[in-house]
Amino acid sequence: MSEAAVQTKDVTPQVSGAPKPVDALQARLDALSLPKGGFTAGARADALARLREMGLPGPRDEYWRYTDPRPFNAPVPQPIPIEAREPDSPLFLDLPRLTLVFVDGAFDAAESDDLSLEGIEIDTLAQADTGADHWAKGLYGVLEASGQNPVKRPFAALNTAAAQDGVLIRVTAKPSRPVHIIHRRAREDADATWHHVIRVEEGAELTLLETGMAGARSNGVIEADLAKGARLHYIAAKRAGHQKLGNAHLFARVAAEAQLKSFALSVNGTLMRHEAFIDITGDDAVAHIAAAVLGDGNVGAFHHDDTVFVTHGAERCESRQVFKKVLKNGAEGVFQGKILVKPGAQKTDGYQISQALLLDERSQFLAKPELEIYADDVQCSHGSTTGALDETALFYLRSRGVPRDRAIVFLVLSFLADALEEIEDEVLRGQINDRLEAWLTRHGNQ
Amino acid sequence: MLKINNLHVKLEEEDKQILKGLSLEVPAGQVHAIMGPNGSGKSTLSYVLSGRDGYEVTEGEATMDGEDLLEMEPEERAAAGLFLAFQYPVEIPGVGNMTFLRTAVNAQRKARGQEEISSGEFLKAIRAKAAELQIDAEMLKRPVNVGFSGGEKKRNEILQMAMLEPRMCIMDETDSGLDVDAMRLVADGVNALRSPDRSFLVITHYQRLLNHIQPDVVHIMSNGRIVKTGGPDLALQVEDEGYGDLLAEAG
Ligand SMILES: Nc1ncnc2c1ncn2[C@@H]1O[C@H](COP(=O)(O)OP(=O)(O)OP(=O)(O)O)[C@@H](O)[C@H]1O
Ligand SMILES: [Mg+2]
Repeated sequence: MSEAAVQTKDVTPQVSGAPKPVDALQARLDALSLPKGGFTAGARADALARLREMGLPGPRDEYWRYTDPRPFNAPVPQPIPIEAREPDSPLFLDLPRLTLVFVDGAFDAAESDDLSLEGIEIDTLAQADTGADHWAKGLYGVLEASGQNPVKRPFAALNTAAAQDGVLIRVTAKPSRPVHIIHRRAREDADATWHHVIRVEEGAELTLLETGMAGARSNGVIEADLAKGARLHYIAAKRAGHQKLGNAHLFARVAAEAQLKSFALSVNGTLMRHEAFIDITGDDAVAHIAAAVLGDGNVGAFHHDDTVFVTHGAERCESRQVFKKVLKNGAEGVFQGKILVKPGAQKTDGYQISQALLLDERSQFLAKPELEIYADDVQCSHGSTTGALDETALFYLRSRGVPRDRAIVFLVLSFLADALEEIEDEVLRGQINDRLEAWLTRHGNQ
Repeated sequence: MLKINNLHVKLEEEDKQILKGLSLEVPAGQVHAIMGPNGSGKSTLSYVLSGRDGYEVTEGEATMDGEDLLEMEPEERAAAGLFLAFQYPVEIPGVGNMTFLRTAVNAQRKARGQEEISSGEFLKAIRAKAAELQIDAEMLKRPVNVGFSGGEKKRNEILQMAMLEPRMCIMDETDSGLDVDAMRLVADGVNALRSPDRSFLVITHYQRLLNHIQPDVVHIMSNGRIVKTGGPDLALQVEDEGYGDLLAEAG
């Protein structure tokens, strides 16, 4: 790939030149109560200024070409009834872990475990933000701000300005248990905004689990900073209500020899946009980011967008993106993924695969894989496939007496297996797999 | 057990006739072999009997114990006791051999109104049968057929057959790709399953397998039809002379 060609492509303005309706943004802001903030005050003010400058995205913005941002732009979400009872037992129930419960994005101390655990410091944002100083001051809104280049992420800036709560986690060793963030819903019309800051210090290691849904609409940001040799395993599993709107962002900075492994399972939701911005800054670092998505367009609309940007800024680093979507009944899946290799990032090993399994002809998958490479000694590959169920495999299973529906569950699990493989811990992987299997079995394949 | 009468089958998507009036009867307890040149329709016959999509039966019938096979879904045929050992067993990444086979065994039992087998019982049974076929216990934990050698895949088919205990076993070139010792194992596995109420239809190109699994009847298939039927000697004749004279003689 020639540099010239790449550069011309890249000067395309990412936020279109058309004037943004300022009042739309104002209306959006007015519907929120913006905290003034303690230690975050400066970051919040800066984020607001950034947001005013970039405005809300429009359907014609390049970065929003496949996903209509308007439901995210609306001042308030449509109310969604609260499900009487989750049909599933909570995930990871039988694992030793430290649980933090958030209700519509706000920390619920009474429902949560005690926050003390050796090797880790946990605060909640709302509480910590009553003070003027905190270790997270140098990170809150900072990784988000640096992730605004080269493409704008207005909802992340909005989040930094408006976040109600979240966790601030600083890991200094290897805590004996994972931390599990559980989201719950309480109000039918809640517009939840949560913001986590995770700092994993040199050589430290954390497994962070996140499950459940907040609000009728949610906007989440995670800023994760991995120091030299640090390890962060992030595993999210979310089954949304069918009308749910969600917008989530992961901003990660990965220093030398550090390892980030992120896996997200998403099931249902009307409109979901997951953005990841991974900045690999130190030599010999590793960043893996994977997702498994199940969408059913029958019950409501289903649209799920994964938009990923991985920057290699150091030598001998490895990145992997593995994205798999199973779509049926007119569900839509989007993947926009980019690997940027900066000058001097030699011996980069970059890999990206996005695949969709379409269970019918009405569903569709749109993928925009991109490589932009400014170093000469690198190995980067990307691939994208869209396919139907493998009829031969389906027949093989049925010929052994496995009923058709059950055989399809097997084939869907088989399709998703590469993404689940990215979960290093076997027990966690097994639980996610079992949950997936239960969902697939219960909801059939029509 | 298995009765096929004047079966005509064409491809659904194309105007191509593959089976052109095939008739065959395998009584209970017998082993029948089918030999025939490449492309004569042997695999197609096995697929049509086990219910694969993509074929259209234009004439004729196939029944198992008097029940119309062609009306049934593949899983119903399996539950009724039909089994096909595939010529090319399929790889299914991400699905464990053990999970798959236990699901299959229990689905069949459920369809027949029997109680499910416990995982302990299942484990015991599969370990014993795998050992007989010299299949490494480690392999059972791996995804279905993934990373198996050609011969291992074929042995895995026989393991599935042994676990599912079908009444009508169709084996499509299970011997090709097997080394001499593996062929012996497979033959022993099959012979162990022989019983008065179980029948076999063994598709093969080589006499060698039939040395180990003595057939009661040998059929020669050509161009979508059975053109000659005889005793075990017929296989020896094919081995010695090829199909030329046999087919010419059959017209
Ligand atoms: N799906 C298909 N599409 C096109 N042609 C087909 C299809 N299935 C079978 N055929 C054709 O039908 C004929 C019979 O094929 P089949 O696989 O049944 O032969 P066979 O006797 O099993 O051969 P072999 O000994 O090589 O395994 C061949 O000419 C084959 O090309
Ligand atoms: Mg064949």
